Amino acid sequence: MTDSPRTSSANMPQTGSTTVQSATTKKKLGPVLVQLQHVNKWYGDLHVLKDVNLTVRKGEVVVMLGPSGSGKSTTCRTINRLERIDSGTILIDGKKLPQEGKALQKLRQSVGMVFQSYNLFAHLTILDNVTLAPRHVLHMPKDQAQKEALELLHRVGVDGQAQKYPAQLSGGQQQRVAIARALAMHPQVMLFDEPTSALDPEMVGEVLNVMTDLAHQGMTMICVTHEMGFARHVADRIVFMADGRVLESESPEEFFEHPKTERAREFQSKILGH
Amino acid sequence: MRSIGYLLTHYDVLGAFGVNLQLTAWSVLFSLVLGIILVLLRICPVRSLRLFATGFVNLFQNLPLTIVMVFLLLGAFVQLRFQFSSNFSTNFFWFAVTGLSLYTSAFVCESIRSGINTVPLGQAEAARSLGLGFFQSATLVILPQAVRGSVAPLGNTLIALLKNSTVASAAAVSTETSSLMNTMIQYNASSIVSVFLIFALGYVILIIPIGLLTTWLSNKLAVRR
Ligand SMILES: Nc1ncnc2c1ncn2[C@@H]1O[C@H](COP(=O)(O)OP(=O)(O)OP(=O)(O)O)[C@@H](O)[C@H]1O
Ligand SMILES: [Mg+2]
Repeated sequence: MTDSPRTSSANMPQTGSTTVQSATTKKKLGPVLVQLQHVNKWYGDLHVLKDVNLTVRKGEVVVMLGPSGSGKSTTCRTINRLERIDSGTILIDGKKLPQEGKALQKLRQSVGMVFQSYNLFAHLTILDNVTLAPRHVLHMPKDQAQKEALELLHRVGVDGQAQKYPAQLSGGQQQRVAIARALAMHPQVMLFDEPTSALDPEMVGEVLNVMTDLAHQGMTMICVTHEMGFARHVADRIVFMADGRVLESESPEEFFEHPKTERAREFQSKILGH
Repeated sequence: MRSIGYLLTHYDVLGAFGVNLQLTAWSVLFSLVLGIILVLLRICPVRSLRLFATGFVNLFQNLPLTIVMVFLLLGAFVQLRFQFSSNFSTNFFWFAVTGLSLYTSAFVCESIRSGINTVPLGQAEAARSLGLGFFQSATLVILPQAVRGSVAPLGNTLIALLKNSTVASAAAVSTETSSLMNTMIQYNASSIVSVFLIFALGYVILIIPIGLLTTWLSNKLAVRR
């Protein structure tokens, strides 16, 4: 859909208004797809999301950064309502996230999620993992679901493993299958919660490559990750969280070159400092 | 003292075990179906259904089987005049199946629930995030793994069921092992050891394969993570 978003900082717009136009390229962003408005969440007495506001446009790649326990995973998980929120509104494609039932299932189909621990269905083959939801939720005929699944598996580079079980694959392969499984539902937006954190270092690259390809193909993505290379070069925007609040929402260049808050500077010196 | 050979040829030992096996087979079928329904209710999002299933399971796990049988016969048969069949022994056979199935389903439910605890939470989250509803998540993702993880406790439940079938039949079925054993002992008092040996051996022959089978199945079906 676009050129590589990787650009030098020379042709960067100098403003911080990054929500409408991506700061990195001439990449055109579509209408608002995901919107969190004044979202609050408590775990008992613990106030984990404090008035979180976030707007993600179609085609935008947002990377969430922040220290451990800052609420990144929780934010991600509220977007497909794996966690309920106590106040505020979440809109997906203009529709309010329903509380329960069929309407919620419908909305979840449009939000793909990739977990740190892959969570492939352990009792099913790779092929069945990818076809399960299309067949039973979208009621796709078996051969069509399998055809699409094989294409997706090819796309993420896990060919020839279709009849194996998840435990027979490496972590990197499992995570790429998990991405294919989510893509099989044709989601409008993909959520990634630390997709490479459980991987051996030599397998991180293969998963990041798949994610980068996906970004270049125009997928709307919200990623929690500690991979700074990915954040710098693939993200259209960095959302920095600390203590349950969104402290910064900037282009990667702006965020990394001119962090506005003390917390962000501190975070960067810890991550990049040594 | 009469020989084991005499006892085996003069009494229908095989036939008696046959009735027990039939009783067990039907009860396995119904208690598995009922047990799976119960476990679905126990994990479902509707609170009242969860409470009902929990109550049912606790009740039948804690009542002795003889009490269940007696209540069933006194309540359903004597009081309510409910009959499965006008044929006396067929009628009691199905009463025994009903009692055994109700009783055993509680244990099947708890066996599978212990299996559910071995399924990581992430499996259900992945299923939900793909748009599967509760029933689909449960039947396509959680239960298939839970059952594989609970083959061993299910096997033990099955063995207990086979032994319990004598209790149930003592209360309800006329022609089966325990009453045959009574008759044999009555008329062959001097051979009491042989009589016990025959029945003990009969159960060992039935139970050992079940034990071996469940161990084998448990390994074969184990979900690799
Ligand atoms: N199920 C839960 N029950 C209670 N507290 C929780 C639960 N899940 C998370 N928390 C708390 O909520 C806060 C935010 O957690 P969250 O997982 O969103 O942080 P995070 O930014 O993803 O951190 P990390 O980088 O370590 O993954 C933390 O203080 C955490 O301890
Ligand atoms: Mg997290």
